[in-house]
Amino acid sequence: MTTLQTDPGMEFLAQRVDGDPAFGCIQCGTCAASCPLGAAMEYPPRQLILQARSGNLDKILSSASLWMCVGCHTCSSRCPRGIELADDLWPALRDRAMQEGIQPPAELQETFQNIFKYGNSLGESARKRLDWAKELDVPLRDLSKEPTAVEVLWLVCDYPSYYPRNQVVTRDFARVLTALGVRWGVLGNKEKAVGDCDRLYGEEGLFEMLVENNKKLFDKYQFEKIVTLDAHSYRALEHFYPRYGAEYPVEHYTSYLADRLDLLKPLLTKPVKATVTYHDNCCIGRRADIFDQPRMLLEAIPGVKLVEMARNRENALCCGGGGGGMWLDGHIVEHGGQRLSDQRVRQAAEVGAEVLAVSCPLELSRFEDSTKVAGLENKLLVRDIIELLAESMDLGEKEKQ
Amino acid sequence: MNIAVVVRQVPDLVEPLEIDASGTALDMDEVEFLINETDDHALEQALLLKESGGGSVTVVAIDFGEVDDVLYTAAAKGADRIVKIPYDDEDCPPRPTEAAAMIAEAVKDIKDIDAELVLVGSSAHDELEGVLAPLLAIKLELPYLGVIRGVKPGEGGQVTAFKEFPGAAMAQMNVKLPAVLGILAADQPPRYVPVSRIRAAMKSTEFEEKETAAAETETGVTVLRMYHPEPSERAEMLTGSEDDVAARLAEILKEKGVIQ
Repeated sequence: MTTLQTDPGMEFLAQRVDGDPAFGCIQCGTCAASCPLGAAMEYPPRQLILQARSGNLDKILSSASLWMCVGCHTCSSRCPRGIELADDLWPALRDRAMQEGIQPPAELQETFQNIFKYGNSLGESARKRLDWAKELDVPLRDLSKEPTAVEVLWLVCDYPSYYPRNQVVTRDFARVLTALGVRWGVLGNKEKAVGDCDRLYGEEGLFEMLVENNKKLFDKYQFEKIVTLDAHSYRALEHFYPRYGAEYPVEHYTSYLADRLDLLKPLLTKPVKATVTYHDNCCIGRRADIFDQPRMLLEAIPGVKLVEMARNRENALCCGGGGGGMWLDGHIVEHGGQRLSDQRVRQAAEVGAEVLAVSCPLELSRFEDSTKVAGLENKLLVRDIIELLAESMDLGEKEKQ
Repeated sequence: MNIAVVVRQVPDLVEPLEIDASGTALDMDEVEFLINETDDHALEQALLLKESGGGSVTVVAIDFGEVDDVLYTAAAKGADRIVKIPYDDEDCPPRPTEAAAMIAEAVKDIKDIDAELVLVGSSAHDELEGVLAPLLAIKLELPYLGVIRGVKPGEGGQVTAFKEFPGAAMAQMNVKLPAVLGILAADQPPRYVPVSRIRAAMKSTEFEEKETAAAETETGVTVLRMYHPEPSERAEMLTGSEDDVAARLAEILKEKGVIQ
């Protein structure tokens, strides 16, 4: 019988999956049943392992299923054998497919090329990295121009730097940090993409290049910790960078602010009267167990009534934007899958929420688009936790517009 | 079939273009470069022909801008040889006449290339006239066919080329080799090659350098002024109530003869 271990085609996988727990798969099917896109996959996770084990590597490498995982990590978090399907197995297979010349979906190719050429997933000019700060009303320390020791090296990341809806949140965060008296700085035009929690959706060579370049860059500056708004960057820095010898103290903004709640609370003076539900993103939630801190921040805001969706915390439904999903909607829908964000906004509306609070930069545009699809535009507002904090501190930009 | 592919650097339009102090040229300090899109298709077409019928692909480029990145990517995709032509002027990209002379000399002189087919993008966004490919054909004394969307291997020293005409009419043509083809699009989009392959190519690829004689740069054309497009007439903004706007819009459409 051909097993994963004896199949020469799978040797690479044995090296990749740490401690090779893939060999310990008991085919229980928990992964396939948990996968929000499993029903649309030709090879859902359990099948994928079975086929790989049986030596049918070619079948799975050329299958559309390989590009339907949105990295939600539900399978990995529930697997009784602790197999890292989302973070290790799936990316390793995608990498292998690309090495064999199998082409990833076109939109994702373009994203890879953007990151390689421009250092950001949006294909924007590096010179426009700081455009978000053009009308900023608090002082900004651009460390690339004036290198100085700071408490917080704020990695602004791609969407918060470039995407207009996110830029509002970015400016609000600058105001909140400044109001807290934090000495913060950014890398200005020198900043490049961090990568992602699943090693860039399988593009491991690109991820490795980013880590090497970022390590050289970060090592030039003096800071106590890195803070980022980007849940994907947070997870990459916290979990994957150390594998390449790049270790930095890093926090997602929710846990960073929750630790400073004593300082923050007296500043939260203006009531924000709204029924709010929080969407646990997959990178800080299921992957890093940061479930309480975002809720602590929301509950500290006067006027906020926090309600929970039926699927919350480790059971939360993904927005569909991870694992490269941000650039795979077309591929997934073409192959019979659904945009998970469309389902998620309906779940928020079902519990009477007026505001869907988020803490990952990919979610603002995904959920706002979905409210339009679901007929919830102007009924369900999508807002980052930072915006709600800033509003309560009377610093918020959106409600002033 | 042995194929030579010419690739060029063009200004990347993601960066805003600035005009230099002379007022007659781009400020090259502010320009970033990328591969000319149709040249990328020419490379893809060459790789497809090699994969279906064997032979070799040699990429030829003038050393300008950030051409090394493009050449390593070409090597990672499967190009067999990379030939770089030294070029000194960092501030002024080679003009088509100059480029054609340099490339023709390199292609003719390099032993063993023995190119039966020379593929080059049919135009570039800084050279929309598309004169490089025909000029190159003149210098090489080879037949030329341009605006090609796909090439198939043919019988008896020929290839079949698909040429696009206005109105999207297509012609299928047999081309006797050797020949120069101006490529608009390959049979499939340029392939993605993983970055690990490109990085490996950076370590293992050796470029061949081919010095060429200083080419004639006189084109008979002088740039008098380079400038950003100037709007001649501003758009008319319709204001007022929805009814006012709708009425005015209907009036305009009638004035322009769009509706009766």
